[in-house]
Amino acid sequence: MGKKLRVLVAKPGLDGHDRGAKVVARALRDAGFEVIYTGLHQTPEMIAEAALQEDVDVVGLSVLSGAHMTLFPETMRLLKEKGAADILVFGGGIIPREDMEELYKQGCGRLFGPGTPTADIVTYLKEKFPDRI
Amino acid sequence: MADDLKKIAQERQKWQQGVECGDSSRFQTLSGVPVDILYTPVDIADSDHLRDLGLPGQYPFTRGVRNNMYRGRQWTMREFSGFGTAKDTNGRYKFLLAHGETGLSVAFDFPTLYGRDSDETISRGEVGKCGVAISSLADMETLFDGIPMEDVSTSMTINGPASVVWAFYIAAAEKQGVPSEKLRGTIQNDILKEYIAQKSWLFPPEPSMRVITDIMAYAAKHVPKWNTISISGYHIREAGSTAAQELAFTLKDGLTYVEAGIKAGLDVDTFAPRLSYFFNSHLDFFEEVAKFRAARRIWAREMKETFKAKKSESWLLRFHTQTAGCSLTAQQPENNIVRTAFQALAAVLGGTQSLHTNSMDETWALPTEKAVLIALRTQQLIAEETGVVNTIDPLGGSYFVEALTNELEKQAYDYFRKIDALGGMVKAIEHGFPQREIADAAYRYQKLVEQGKRTVVGVNKHVLEGEKLEIPLLRIDPTVEQEQHQRLADLRKQRDDAKVKKCLADLKAACAGKENVMYPILEAVRAYATLGEICGTMKEVFGSYEEPPMF
Repeated sequence: MGKKLRVLVAKPGLDGHDRGAKVVARALRDAGFEVIYTGLHQTPEMIAEAALQEDVDVVGLSVLSGAHMTLFPETMRLLKEKGAADILVFGGGIIPREDMEELYKQGCGRLFGPGTPTADIVTYLKEKFPDRI
Repeated sequence: MADDLKKIAQERQKWQQGVECGDSSRFQTLSGVPVDILYTPVDIADSDHLRDLGLPGQYPFTRGVRNNMYRGRQWTMREFSGFGTAKDTNGRYKFLLAHGETGLSVAFDFPTLYGRDSDETISRGEVGKCGVAISSLADMETLFDGIPMEDVSTSMTINGPASVVWAFYIAAAEKQGVPSEKLRGTIQNDILKEYIAQKSWLFPPEPSMRVITDIMAYAAKHVPKWNTISISGYHIREAGSTAAQELAFTLKDGLTYVEAGIKAGLDVDTFAPRLSYFFNSHLDFFEEVAKFRAARRIWAREMKETFKAKKSESWLLRFHTQTAGCSLTAQQPENNIVRTAFQALAAVLGGTQSLHTNSMDETWALPTEKAVLIALRTQQLIAEETGVVNTIDPLGGSYFVEALTNELEKQAYDYFRKIDALGGMVKAIEHGFPQREIADAAYRYQKLVEQGKRTVVGVNKHVLEGEKLEIPLLRIDPTVEQEQHQRLADLRKQRDDAKVKKCLADLKAACAGKENVMYPILEAVRAYATLGEICGTMKEVFGSYEEPPMF
């Protein structure tokens, strides 16, 4: 077994809906991951920067404002630009199915909608990173 | 009477011996209040009818704020809506009004909620997405084009930049030839709950409270029919609070505004009648009804006894209700119509003055025309088909509902004491107390759902395997952002820039001094200064607020 999985939970853009992000952050922490929460109102630049500085394996974005088609690709682009394309970006929020499909095509990890059990998110990350605890 | 009660208590005890009551931990309200299998007069033995319930339209207003309630006036049917450009939303308003809606409620996009212009970098991707983009008076004029502002009442969910957006509204009405004295409506303007739950703040608490008292003073003079603060529990509940937390934190916020008004030198009876409330109506039917009734009683008592308000209008807790968005599911979205109907019924039986019903598709996107029409029809069905409006407070006198009303009131006062011990609501917020209580409750609830101890139909029970989404969704035209940029560029070209600069300088001076900021804000708005410019100027003096991240 390797080291603990490090996850950055982030709220990009102006969206103030932070219930989901906080619940997911707690659930991931309780599952044994190392979790860092950015707080609100982060630009994609700030998130990419934090991901590098904190040396995380995964970035989870929570977007309920409808701005997902801007904020997800931009965060992924910046990570790639900074040479950190290996960091997995996944997320959740109010995201219509066809937008999910488009983001998957762009290389985004799994996107979870309302009603997702947090256990599903834990399982997903464990499957993605089987050598981590 | 006492002997009667004793006898009832004895008989009840005897009766229960032969009854299989089940595991008591399974029978709780949604918020975790234990519920007994049966309630009798014994459970409300301490209640005094006239002292605790009174009559409708009379202190302490537990049974309702008007003496004839819905026989005299139906609640206002007000669907919260806004998307895309002002023109798009103007079309939606006309559609809703044509189908029997009786009031408007504006949903702004995130840049507007944060006092930012559509063309600022931080706004990218957000313009017109979560609501309508309003960056200047010109946008507000378009939003109400062809809608007589003299006749319609408008609620605006706006907080940090409430002073500026309200000024847009007042100035747009001037353009229609409607003086501010005739305007009816509400600005949410409840900054304390922004720090607690909704998070669309601009300035730190202290200058925010100053702007709010300026608004109250301006309204008392010039916009007397306007509700200057809609003290909101809705977002507190959506963030995951229990019913008792919603009740307690919201009322404590309200009492804090009253204190601030009095401290600023205002007579309580000049501004208190213009304070209104906004609550969530969640899934646990009786708990919600009890919450609304307890809220009215607590407010009346505090206003009369603690703040010595003399006018009965100052004692009235009038409120708008929105059904619980967080209770809706992405799975089997049509089921949301049913959830919303129950929640709307609870609001009506709780005596609401105004109601928004959520649309079935809101876990996926902003509502389509069809979805919002069903939501509006839900209210019309309750009002016109079910007969529940015929008599006032029909659940009043139910042993269970009265006992639950008392229990929620007690829990609210327990929280009041905790908050007072921290030095009041502003201090409690600075300590992160309500924020933490809510986050804990949200996580507790999520765990109960995942353990199957709370049923969510379609999510953890009665699931449709391989379900496909079969309802159409509203798409926001991706050109909205560009269009909005162009409108702003044109506006900046056409207006008198020197005048804008002068107005902003005057505003800055007012912010730094003691003058009521509403006057210079209105001047700046009339000169077509933008939302971002005005809020930016205010921030130069007041500073910005950022929350320390915690989960």
